[in-house]
Amino acid sequence: MSEAEIKSLEAQFEAKIANDEKIEPKDWMPEKYRKTHIRQISQHAHSEIVGMLPEGNWITRAPSLRRKAALLAKVQDEAGHGLYLYSACETLGISREELYNQLHTGAAKYSSIFNYPTLTWADMGAIGWLVDGAAIINQVPLCSTSYGPYARAMVRVCKEESFHQRQGYEIMLSLCNGTEEQKQMAQDALNRWWWPSLMMLGPEDKDSVHTEQSMKWKLKRKTNDELRQQFIDQTVPQADILGLTIPDPELKWNEEKGGYDFGPIDWDEFWQVVKGHGPMNKKRLDDRRNAWEKGKWVRDAAMAYAQKQNERKNKQAI
Amino acid sequence: MKPIRELNPQFLESKENKQHLIDYLLGVADNYLILAQRLGELCGHGPNLEPDIAITNISLDLLGQVRSFYQYISQIKGDGSTEDDIAFLRKEREYRSVLLVQQPNTDFAYVIARQFFFDVFNKMFLNALQQSADETLRALAFKGIKEASYHERFSGDWLKRLGDGTEESHDKAQKAVNDLWVFTDELFQVNESDSAMIDAGVAPDMLQLREYYYEKVENLLTEATLEVPEVPYFQKGGKNGLHSEYMGYILAEMQYMQRTYPNSKW
Ligand SMILES: [Fe+2]
Ligand SMILES: [Fe+2]
Ligand SMILES: [Fe+2]
Repeated sequence: MSEAEIKSLEAQFEAKIANDEKIEPKDWMPEKYRKTHIRQISQHAHSEIVGMLPEGNWITRAPSLRRKAALLAKVQDEAGHGLYLYSACETLGISREELYNQLHTGAAKYSSIFNYPTLTWADMGAIGWLVDGAAIINQVPLCSTSYGPYARAMVRVCKEESFHQRQGYEIMLSLCNGTEEQKQMAQDALNRWWWPSLMMLGPEDKDSVHTEQSMKWKLKRKTNDELRQQFIDQTVPQADILGLTIPDPELKWNEEKGGYDFGPIDWDEFWQVVKGHGPMNKKRLDDRRNAWEKGKWVRDAAMAYAQKQNERKNKQAI
Repeated sequence: MKPIRELNPQFLESKENKQHLIDYLLGVADNYLILAQRLGELCGHGPNLEPDIAITNISLDLLGQVRSFYQYISQIKGDGSTEDDIAFLRKEREYRSVLLVQQPNTDFAYVIARQFFFDVFNKMFLNALQQSADETLRALAFKGIKEASYHERFSGDWLKRLGDGTEESHDKAQKAVNDLWVFTDELFQVNESDSAMIDAGVAPDMLQLREYYYEKVENLLTEATLEVPEVPYFQKGGKNGLHSEYMGYILAEMQYMQRTYPNSKW
């Protein structure tokens, strides 16, 4: 292709996005667009399946049959999200196997929040309420992102995430209406998950590398700081209803900006966890790798069996 | 399907009948509970996303069944005890689950073989239960049969894949089948409460279906190129409250919250 041809393709491509038309897998796209999308969608997919682990940790100990079933269903939904997102990513010309490999070798990242441990039942409430809550704020704008398969996957995912959030909040509500011990359990969970949830919305705008390009491609519609503000403003009144205290002494309503002011985030902790030094980084990755490696003989068996079946069918056809 | 006969409305006025019915129902539902618990351990650790999701699905279906059965039990008991009291607050000896469902998730072949041995039984059981003289049980059987058929297809298909897949998978599947085979016969064990319920037309007489069960299982094993184990004895006990050494750990984990925070709502 000549440079002029590429320029014209690029112009058409940019015009399409500006027009709110979707880019589909067969459409021409700049290499950088493809790469950025593989990175973001796979990171999202990895977050869904690594995210199964901290909550999976409580399935066998859920305190009632109803809660056990709801938690199982939730973790299963996350597996489903992983599945749609890997499929969306595969349309960009990369295999699931390769994507897993990137996760297992540490080349690809996943949401850092899952590197914290789930220590009590209340963490199932706090994660649903705060982590799924922050995820929704991150993800609702992606329902209209430029890459078609990603946008469509996000529509399904977001519906289920809001259900998860309500379910998590409902767990918190039960605890807060319960015994003093249960209420303390809820407060302790909020104390531990609050700051990591704020960090989930990404580094501050001044330190964020990808934002400008991502805005143009509609991978992002608001900046990290705007999303964080939205999350805090939405969550503080919910904590009030629960009768819980947000663990930030500097949190204060600011009439002028129409939002809450909040204390400094420990970004040093954030980067430490991103680098792999969080309390559960090693365990989460080990668990994923283990499941994959221990499953190899099973996947091989399924493949060998399918092949034999095919051969049998072909023989019959002759 | 038509019931053999309708239950006499006075049937449950007898204390003895009531206790037999409760024991009988526990013998059914405790299997669902313990198997659901075992499968729940696997969520997030499957060999791939698709079987991970499918196994969680089975666990969810079984949990749904447990809840319906326990709710029915608490209704019969009429003493204000809830499904959770029944699930979480009994002593080990009071559970009626067979040894098969307590066996650990040693590897995927064990998970599948355990499931298959149970599913074939469960589908036959629910099919027969649709003719129960008890209206609630007929409804529960009707509701469960579709799921049970799906479970049996899932585990049967996987057993074929493992048996007739690679050499490694064949050996692993054979080992799992051999090790779990001794627990299959307990599914057909009839205790006093079972007999009473069979006589009342509430429970199907599963012993009559035992031969058909082994025929079905053996056919699939053969199709999966696996050998049918020959064992001179079977293991039993769980159904009468004499469990495996695994059971205490299963319960310790499952009951942890209810035991640590008694009288709390969740
Ligand atoms: Fe999700
Ligand atoms: Fe998500
Ligand atoms: Fe979620």
